[in-house]
Amino acid sequence: MTTNETVITTKDVRLYYGEHEALHGINLDFQKSQITALIGPSGCGKSTYLRCLNRMNDLIHDVTITGSFKIDGHDIYRPQQDVVSLRKKVGMVFQQPNPFPFSVYDNVAYGLRVQGIKDKKIISQKVEESLKQAAVWDEVKDDLTKNALSFSGGQQQRICIARLLAVKPDVILLDEPTSALDPISSAKIEEMLLQIKDQYTIIIVTHSMQQASRISDKTAFMLNGDLVEYGDTKKIFLNPEQEATSDYLNGKFG
Amino acid sequence: MNKMQQRLLHPSKATRQDRFGKTISLICIGFIMILTVSIIGFIAIHGLATFFENHVSVMQFIFSSNWNPGQLGKNGQPQVGAFAMIVASFAVTLLAAILATPFAIAVALYMTELAPKRGAKMLQPVIELLVGIPSVVYGFIGLVVIVPAIRSVFGGTGFGILAGSIVLFVMILPTITSLTIDSLQQVPDHYRKASLALGATKWQTIYKVILRAALPGILTAIVFGMARAFGEALAVQMVIGNAALTPTSLTSPTATLTSQLTSQMGDTIMGTLPNNALWSLALVLLIMSVIFNLLIKVVGKRGEMKK
Ligand SMILES: Nc1ncnc2c1ncn2[C@@H]1O[C@H](COP(=O)(O)OP(=O)(O)OP(=O)(O)O)[C@@H](O)[C@H]1O
Ligand SMILES: [Mg+2]
Repeated sequence: MTTNETVITTKDVRLYYGEHEALHGINLDFQKSQITALIGPSGCGKSTYLRCLNRMNDLIHDVTITGSFKIDGHDIYRPQQDVVSLRKKVGMVFQQPNPFPFSVYDNVAYGLRVQGIKDKKIISQKVEESLKQAAVWDEVKDDLTKNALSFSGGQQQRICIARLLAVKPDVILLDEPTSALDPISSAKIEEMLLQIKDQYTIIIVTHSMQQASRISDKTAFMLNGDLVEYGDTKKIFLNPEQEATSDYLNGKFG
Repeated sequence: MNKMQQRLLHPSKATRQDRFGKTISLICIGFIMILTVSIIGFIAIHGLATFFENHVSVMQFIFSSNWNPGQLGKNGQPQVGAFAMIVASFAVTLLAAILATPFAIAVALYMTELAPKRGAKMLQPVIELLVGIPSVVYGFIGLVVIVPAIRSVFGGTGFGILAGSIVLFVMILPTITSLTIDSLQQVPDHYRKASLALGATKWQTIYKVILRAALPGILTAIVFGMARAFGEALAVQMVIGNAALTPTSLTSPTATLTSQLTSQMGDTIMGTLPNNALWSLALVLLIMSVIFNLLIKVVGKRGEMKK
């Protein structure tokens, strides 16, 4: 297995909401089998940057994006890029758990059905597999036909992660996936991410320094739309090069 | 001291105003309650007289299609069979709803999902206009345009269920459309995002998530439309043909409960059987409107549980 191969390369990323430049030229790479944490104070552009990678910013009116984004060597903003297939490859977990108001089973099966898979056996198998991977199987296995919204926030978030894992993305983007959850649910999700990280490229936005230091291999610190520092998580946390980084980590602002 | 005591023991101006307001609204509520109860009571007393005073059997009323309350039939019983009107009422209602629903959903989707800005700008005024047109105008257009068109295509007189359904279709279209729009707008945006982020296309998102999540609301919209169609009298009366005959085809003249009421009510004398028989039709309408209301409640409840 080749680890540490670079999957995503982004160069000089600039993003404008109308006239307002929210990202000022960001260069960042992401490696397979690694978890990269994006940290930085509120409003620095973490979510904005993350949404570039699965082109969810396309849905926002009047957004201009420049720079280069390559995933597996392909420019994801090239005109012939199919956004739908990009999003199958680059999945996203949102801050607020957002299961559909359907049964747990239908939620997890959704991505498969959308891809045209009809075989019930395959679907059932993948649903079970994904729920197990997302560490929520034991809690929902007897209630697969129950509405996903009737579960707790932490369970809902793991159902959403299972829904995503079912479509076998290469890249998983998580935008503060645990900020709406209790510590126990958060710990379960962290543990689960460490379990599955070998097969994926994972990027997680988080406001929790502990979370970043616990689970990530690399950390990128952003400030006001700039990338201030990027490197091994240990190095960033123990021995940051930039004063701004150490100030942020020490809670001087943020 | 004395003054203070007096002030404390007497209700303040605010309290008095409060009481005054409460009394007024209680009086108004009471008045409306009495009005409602007496309307229902009135319809029930007269409508039931057909069965209790004139001894028409309920079975005959519902299942016989001989409507001629002024005369006795061969069996010596008065001919009060509303089957034709009941069938025609349900037929025009269902047909109008079946015609209107796909259009309503298409327009609503265009206005909420496909082109919210342009769609709302262009279509909102159209919908509002359609709501505001009086039913007699719809009936008139039906009479002048639709009835002759049906006559030339299908033969016959052109009057009948088809003409009635088409007129009702246009009349309930705005009702169903605007309620469907409401229910689509209530589907939270994060369902759309979740679906798109999983690699679903816009259409897949619409029919697998949005329409499914909005289904209870859409069903409620359809029932509302049906209630309106079932109760519409004037426009239907102008195009249905007004013959109390069981419809043999979509283009044979017939009468609905409402059209029979409006066309006959001037010709009967209060307290006689023909008059009571009309009240019985009104009673059926009242019962149906209660059923529609219950249906809306039940469907709406199911939607709430899902959210
Ligand atoms: N849809 C939008 N339209 C216009 N401006 C936006 C939009 N979304 C974000 N912005 C602006 O872009 C900047 C970056 O926002 P972003 O949401 O990416 O920050 P963030 O780092 O994710 O913050 P947080 O930690 O609070 O989630 C902010 O100044 C914000 O006001
Ligand atoms: Mg954010």
